Amino acid sequence: MLRRAKMLFTLIFAPVVSLAISAGALAEEAGNWAVNMPRGVTSVSNSIYDIHMLVFWIVTITGVLVFAVMFYVMYAHRKSRGAVAANFHENTTAEIVWTAIPAVILVLLCIPATTSILDIYDTSEAEMDIKVTGLQWKWQYEYLGEDVKFLSELTTPESEIYNTAPKGQYYHEEVNEPLVLPANTKVRFLITGQDVIHSWWVPDFGVKRDALPGFVNETWANVLEPGVYRGQCTELCGKGHAFMPIVVNVLEKEEYKTWLIDKKAEQAAIRELTNKTFTMDELMEIGEAAYNRSCAGCHQVNGQGVPGVFPSLVGQGIAIGPVEAHIDIIVNGQAGTAMQAFGDQLSELDQAAIITYERNAWGNNVGDITQPIDVYNWKKGKR
Amino acid sequence: MAHGPAKGIGRWFFTTNHKDIGTLYLWFSFAMFLMGGFFAMVIRAELFQPGMQIIKPEFFNQMTTMHGLVMVFGAIMPAFVGLANWMIPMQIGAPDMALPRMNNLSFWILPMAFTILTATLFMEGGAPNFGWTFYAPLSTTYAPPTVNYFIFGVHLMGASSIMGSINIIATVLNMRAPGMTLMKMPMFVWTWLITAFLLIAVMPVLAGAVTMMLMDINFGTSFFNAAGGGDPVLFQHVFWFFGHPEVYIIILPAFGVISHIIPAFSRKPLFGYSSMVYATASIAFLSFIVWAHHMFLVGMPIGGELYFMYATMLIAVPTAAKVFNWISTMFRGSLTFETPMLYAVAFVILFTIGGFTGIMLAVAPADIQYHDTYFVVAHFHYVMVAGAIFSSTAAVYYWLPKWTGKMYNETMGKVQFWIGFIGFNVTFFPQHFIGLAGMPRRYSDYALQFSDWNMISSTGAFIYGTAQLLFLYNVITTIRSGKPVSEPKTWDGAEGLEWTLPTPAPYHTFTTPPAVK
Ligand code: HEC
Ligand SMILES: [Cu+2]
Repeated sequence: MLRRAKMLFTLIFAPVVSLAISAGALAEEAGNWAVNMPRGVTSVSNSIYDIHMLVFWIVTITGVLVFAVMFYVMYAHRKSRGAVAANFHENTTAEIVWTAIPAVILVLLCIPATTSILDIYDTSEAEMDIKVTGLQWKWQYEYLGEDVKFLSELTTPESEIYNTAPKGQYYHEEVNEPLVLPANTKVRFLITGQDVIHSWWVPDFGVKRDALPGFVNETWANVLEPGVYRGQCTELCGKGHAFMPIVVNVLEKEEYKTWLIDKKAEQAAIRELTNKTFTMDELMEIGEAAYNRSCAGCHQVNGQGVPGVFPSLVGQGIAIGPVEAHIDIIVNGQAGTAMQAFGDQLSELDQAAIITYERNAWGNNVGDITQPIDVYNWKKGKR
Repeated sequence: MAHGPAKGIGRWFFTTNHKDIGTLYLWFSFAMFLMGGFFAMVIRAELFQPGMQIIKPEFFNQMTTMHGLVMVFGAIMPAFVGLANWMIPMQIGAPDMALPRMNNLSFWILPMAFTILTATLFMEGGAPNFGWTFYAPLSTTYAPPTVNYFIFGVHLMGASSIMGSINIIATVLNMRAPGMTLMKMPMFVWTWLITAFLLIAVMPVLAGAVTMMLMDINFGTSFFNAAGGGDPVLFQHVFWFFGHPEVYIIILPAFGVISHIIPAFSRKPLFGYSSMVYATASIAFLSFIVWAHHMFLVGMPIGGELYFMYATMLIAVPTAAKVFNWISTMFRGSLTFETPMLYAVAFVILFTIGGFTGIMLAVAPADIQYHDTYFVVAHFHYVMVAGAIFSSTAAVYYWLPKWTGKMYNETMGKVQFWIGFIGFNVTFFPQHFIGLAGMPRRYSDYALQFSDWNMISSTGAFIYGTAQLLFLYNVITTIRSGKPVSEPKTWDGAEGLEWTLPTPAPYHTFTTPPAVK
């Protein structure tokens, strides 16, 4: 029996041991062994880090003391060493002491914790406001008062996710367009959701707040060092939960100003395109790219959808019906379903191109063309 | 008039015997444990490396959801109800549970509930995929159509739990042997009595939450839909008003088990019995007023934030008292380390670590960084697995000889313990690191900097999974070919009425109540 047990033991532990050895080797080349929270680059993240380390040391020291006593008892008072059991089973003094000590420690701990949380809640005197909206499965950033608004989505290609291509350095943490912020500026974030609950988290800022549909949460950050910071969605929000990263590019104030001016011009130019007339081919091309970016997550690249959850757009339904209904569902979404309103998320050009694409791809051949101006007029006339 | 069990398979369907029903619960629980464990293996296999290898993200979400639901409602809770069925009558000198037919019903509802729940895996749209906490509106407006089966299943489980609790309360309050005052009750009975009250208080709240979901989904109400004037955060308040007491429902009976095993193998009475009772009661009370510490980031007013932080920290005080009591019980005892004791000691250590990370999580500003990361996953597996699963495993090793009249193989028991213990820590300790380093929970895929610890964690999970198969092997070989034992006391240090009964415990026990001094 014993031999069998030993065999089993080796069988199971051999892989662990070998893994532990190869792990050491791995560590040297990759350095993917982070064990602690980052200190971060804001006053808030620093104060959180300090409290975290304080509590960590309190519990660690308590743990070492308690377990030391326990291990001593387990060693010294074993029957095999001839220990004879005592018979006491109460000691009021001891019980009062070990109730009081943790209580006092915890009260002391509450002091820095309270100061810190009060500071985190103080969003007053912010120098600028960013509205952050969580959508299935991307983020929208709006620079309030600046007429600048864009979507930020994962750009890691399927091939890397499904392991047919080697993974890049920022695998899973790269987006088409990062949020850009000025350094040394108190920025207030107004965080909300459009469909389900998401949560916007940038560890280096010490900022995490739920993005609730229908409600706006406030928090803030004042980033001290320029740089690129990465974060993630932390509230389960459906199948793309793990695939809606956050990238924030923090610039020096002057650089930020230039960026903002350029960005405004760029967005104005896109709005200009609304007045332009496109050919079928142009629309199909723009539409395919935009569809794959914004719609394929649910309706799939081949338009077939997922039975029972996301409808197919091929050879049936709205995609081959009257174009008004098609524009309507893309602009306004379908209330109470996962089909979100894209009217505010995408440019008129993208929306028109997607509609044209859907009506004329995958064997659909309605043959009509929707121009950006059609979408624009639709929005003006009917909201 | 003594008679034995009915013949044939009908025995198990129609039985009203507390021991039979206890056995049914325990086997059901173990079956669910293996199923939930299988889901966990799928999760860990997918997370072994970054990138999607074996399943799709949508199925991953179904796995995390089903893993949580099956483990909490199918494995852990029924395990302790099974132990309660077996042990409470034997520990208080009662012939059976107070309401034996209801007892049968409350068990047989469970297989139905879980058949319904598991069947959703094979339905169009897939199984529930919104996490075991099923936050609206992901679980309402955006849920797959199978959510209705899920709601029905939760209602059934709730009904079963409420019936089980009523039964336990009725038994404990009415059927104690003469002379057994409340303050002479064994700790396991005490903890279960308190747990049963918790269950009766919160299961209806859970039922309310899922009913509101049902209305939102099918009848056009807007409890949780902001567009219709509702509030998704309301869901979280209702859920956690159930959910926080729920975690104590799971852990209090575990405290009870440990409070029997440690004295038995220390050969010394439990230290601070009455403070243990009071600590249990105050933990139960506090569990009702701390729920929103799961919601520090929903945007509560600052007052709420502070209140829930302070109240949560308060729970550490009675919990610490319990740990100190257990260690004092061992202090100057005459210790031996048979398998149940190994599990009990591991429980104390690992549960305390889980308690420590609990204190860290209670600190609202720090929770901003911890919330919904693997740090939380590590925390609650230290309290749920090392708490509830370790203690129920300990209980099975401890009482198995009494139940079956057979002794398990001590070497195999120890081997199983050590593999499980190492596997557990290799799985969950690195998850603290993964979480602090920034990996959110419920992620089907992750960035490269988390890859190494994830690989270690997955390896540990496979080891831990293997240990459970070994446990099954140990139990079956004990029942089939274990060394027969017949002395009433299997363990020389064990105390309590159950150890005055013959071994194996006859089908009917205490038909005349014993006298308790
Ligand atoms: C988050 C998942 C999701 C995304 C992303 C999404 N859809 Fe949908 N879509 C749905 C769902 C769900 C429905 C079904 C709504 C209903 O039940 O009426 C739907 C319905 C539709 C329909 C109507 C189908 C029919 O025949 O009834 C069209 C057209 C459509 N979507 C186009 C789009 C376009 C274009 C995009 C990208 C701009 C897009 N969808 C992005 C989930 C999604
Ligand atoms: Cu999200």
